[in-house]
Amino acid sequence: QRILMREQQRAQFQQQINKFNDICWETCIDKPTSKMDNKTETCIVNCVNRFIDLNLLCAQRFAQILQQNGGF
Amino acid sequence: MDSPPSTGRLTGAQREELIEQVKQQVAIATAQELLTKISEKCFKKCIAKPSSSLDSSEQKCIAMCMDRYMDSWNLVSKAYSSRIQKESMR
Repeated sequence: QRILMREQQRAQFQQQINKFNDICWETCIDKPTSKMDNKTETCIVNCVNRFIDLNLLCAQRFAQILQQNGGF
Repeated sequence: MDSPPSTGRLTGAQREELIEQVKQQVAIATAQELLTKISEKCFKKCIAKPSSSLDSSEQKCIAMCMDRYMDSWNLVSKAYSSRIQKESMR
């Protein structure tokens, strides 16, 4: 019931992290090194936030596009 | 925790066991997904020209790759949590 919902939320959270890490790994890391440098860390944090910003922007704009076109 | 069962015939103990099972299954599925991802990513990054075995430089690359992927994962987790908190306080 409530507990199952909480577990589902936790699973969704993990899914999101997997997705972001997938994308930001490709974006920020060229060749694996022996440790994370500052530049890479900054890139990854920025990547997460910019990807979220992009999703929000696309959702808004898509709603507008649908309105203009009167749906599909 | 011996309250009257609200879900049909499950006792308190059975309910707890079910919840533990669900948690475990979610954890296992998450770990499997992560492992699959890591394998894909590190293959792409480390094995440019597949040969008849994994040489030592490829093995070293794979080890570093896995460590860095987990570092990245932790970073993403923190960044995402912060962002969620920030958004929820608007």
